[in-house]
Amino acid sequence: MEKAVLKMRGIDKVFPGVRALQGVDFTLCEGEIHALMGENGAGKSTLIKVLTGVYAKDAGEIFLGDKPVTIKSPQDAQNMGISTVYQEITLCPNLSVAENMFIGRTNGVIQNWKKMNEDAGKILNELAIPAKPAQQLASCSIAVQQMVAIARAVDMDCKVLILDEPTSSLDEQEVAKLFKLMRDLKAKGVGIIFVTHFLDQVYEVCDKITVLRDGQLVGQYEIKDLPRVQLVSKMLGKELDDMSDIKSEGGSYDRKEGETPVFESKNLSSTEAIYPFDFYINKGEVNGFTGLLGSGRSECVRAIFGADRNLSGEKFRNGKSVKISKPIDAMKKGIAYLPEDRKVDGIVGDLSVRENIILAYQVLKGAFHPFSKAEAYKFADEYIKLLDIKTASADTPIKSLSGGNQQKVILARWLLTHPDYLILDEPTRGIDVGTKVDIQKLVLKLASEGMAVTFISSETDEMLRTCSRLIVMRDRHVVGELTGDDLNQNKIMSTIAGGDSNGK
Amino acid sequence: MANNNKSGSGFFGKLIHNQIFIPLAALLLLVLFNLVFDPSFFKITLGQNAAGNPVLSGYLVTILDYGSELAILAIGMTLVTAASGGQDISVGATIAICGSALLRVLCGRNSRPDELQAPIIVAFLVACIVGMLCGAFNGMLVSIFKIQPMVATLILFTAGRSIAAWINNNELPIVGDPTFAYFGSFFPGIPIPAPVFIAAFCLIIIFVVLKFTTLGLYTQAVGINPSSSRLNGLNPQFIKFVSFVILGLCVAVAALIKVSRLSTINYSVIAKDIEMDAILAVALGGNPLGGGKFNMWASIIGAYVIQFLTTTLYKFKVSSDALSAYKAVVVILLVVFSAPTVREWIGAKFKKITAKKGVA
Repeated sequence: MEKAVLKMRGIDKVFPGVRALQGVDFTLCEGEIHALMGENGAGKSTLIKVLTGVYAKDAGEIFLGDKPVTIKSPQDAQNMGISTVYQEITLCPNLSVAENMFIGRTNGVIQNWKKMNEDAGKILNELAIPAKPAQQLASCSIAVQQMVAIARAVDMDCKVLILDEPTSSLDEQEVAKLFKLMRDLKAKGVGIIFVTHFLDQVYEVCDKITVLRDGQLVGQYEIKDLPRVQLVSKMLGKELDDMSDIKSEGGSYDRKEGETPVFESKNLSSTEAIYPFDFYINKGEVNGFTGLLGSGRSECVRAIFGADRNLSGEKFRNGKSVKISKPIDAMKKGIAYLPEDRKVDGIVGDLSVRENIILAYQVLKGAFHPFSKAEAYKFADEYIKLLDIKTASADTPIKSLSGGNQQKVILARWLLTHPDYLILDEPTRGIDVGTKVDIQKLVLKLASEGMAVTFISSETDEMLRTCSRLIVMRDRHVVGELTGDDLNQNKIMSTIAGGDSNGK
Repeated sequence: MANNNKSGSGFFGKLIHNQIFIPLAALLLLVLFNLVFDPSFFKITLGQNAAGNPVLSGYLVTILDYGSELAILAIGMTLVTAASGGQDISVGATIAICGSALLRVLCGRNSRPDELQAPIIVAFLVACIVGMLCGAFNGMLVSIFKIQPMVATLILFTAGRSIAAWINNNELPIVGDPTFAYFGSFFPGIPIPAPVFIAAFCLIIIFVVLKFTTLGLYTQAVGINPSSSRLNGLNPQFIKFVSFVILGLCVAVAALIKVSRLSTINYSVIAKDIEMDAILAVALGGNPLGGGKFNMWASIIGAYVIQFLTTTLYKFKVSSDALSAYKAVVVILLVVFSAPTVREWIGAKFKKITAKKGVA
């Protein structure tokens, strides 16, 4: 019989207006990787935060081994051997890698810097993390920062390691490295709770799955007893063939010869070091930029929107030459851009959902024509209903919403400006399957109504489902364009890899 | 408000989560204190001044009168704080510059002219331009050169009073014309002090501006997330710059009142430490000094609370040397009282009491 290292029983947590957790049970055994699955707002993050002492639970018990424990703070949790790596990196970017690994863990005032750096170096070596101990954390890539966070957690002799969406900003190789690390830890008897939205990854490394829905436990399953389709249907709480539905809709766009593109750019380049590229999109078309992380996908669309300063290039709207040098120019020309980094570039955290929704449209309308409160509420309520945004009210600060709902608010913000050309940069990152399908469907619906959409995603299958033309990038070059029968995984992979490019 | 959730019940519960509650509670406390120890504090009498005009006098009138400059400055300081996440500490020095420029225009080459050398309105407009230029200078340093607001405004803070003296060749001009003194005392025939009208006028203007422009939304958006604001078509630099220029204008108006009160200027003393009171007013209003969300009315009430406190201390014969120390004690109490944890605790206590009453 497996030995349980952690048991949570009957956990309740209530937030104003929302019952985030209701009587949730969770059991983690020694040496297993346990996936915690659920849609946004299902209560995964809340459960993790209760476990790590960030939130106080309203009812229920937690046992470590067989001992009941009370966890009052993250420090408590850490001391008991519960370590967490959060979705968003919570380290200090201005400190060195070594300092980040040891911060808050030293006793006394005197710090042996040399020893600290040596220890850090050893751990980094062991885990094959490409960072130097004395390097400033901010100078590492996001992926490396993530791994440093894991290294920190691993080094704390943890019995329970919680990985909250650790892979959302890693590329495939880095994910493979992380998985190797996770398996090593598992062999040492560490219990790992793995929260992710990537089904593939769950089936690759996990032993068990616990599914939550609407703050309630759906069940705990052995991975081999739960096929993917069933997992998805359990998360959504309904039998699902949406995923297959949507596939048949993709690529339905017929290109008319000689049509003037809604947007066209020539020889475009920006300060973000992308090589000059040509681009066009037609009315009702969905296209996408694909490529590995850092290949320049986002930089291309940022150049189009004028978010980064353009160094060269011409832009055309409906065949007419236009000047777009900053975001407001693009907005006035009917272009909307949902940025990649929701937290930094998207939400205005302390402002309400209502203010976040109207912001872009208000800016377009001008400083001397403010919307009245009533108008603003009308817009907000309309889009909250349309996009099914889960929020207590239109006055709730956006930062208290879950990630997927924040994303919907930003989407609402741009839809409200009624653009002809919508750019979505990673709209589905870090959000649940249900919302992902919603957004994909919405994109196809908008396109069928005549909107041009550029869609960027790290998940190739998602791009294949929605886009009728893919622009492939490698090392900040556009290396190919795929349409029709070429739209398949193998072709994309080979184009990215450079083996068989049909571009320049 | 952000926290209109279920943690407080009924009117009091709602009130305690409203930002404006902090300065109001402070005001209430001061009122109660005075009621208990000396109700005559609230006496207002109608008398006559030296010129034979009817004037209202009493401590409340003094508070409204002398709180005017602070209330006007609080408007600008709130915007600067919200947009830039920092404070302007050059306010007092800039008042000296604006006041000096104003007197220079009024007096011309002769520092003690028998009659005004230019209309007051012209002098005031010049002061406004000077104030806005000073604000623009600060704003430029903050928005374009990305210098921290306190460091950027340290320049004018240090140099301001010298510049003010230099404008008038280090002479002390005195305005003899009695009409100029109206702005700091009373308009003939009106018993309410003139600064009260000027302050009220400014408050109405900012009310209208906040109501009929998107200044509030833009300032908050830029203060909370400049990067996101930029992608929504705003120009964060420009908005920060504008907030400093608005503060410059507020400073010019405050300078008019200050200079008019004395009909002269003392470069090293005029409006000394007023920037600290203005920042305190913003803080007392419960506005985060790190920028972002703001409540203009809470700041303005905060300004009057500070004046109320000062006047109360004077009334109880606290010597002007010791004034700061007493003020500090009260400020500590106010700030602790307004801390979110303390308010949460009070809210919880109150809830318990009402719950008990409900059972009984």
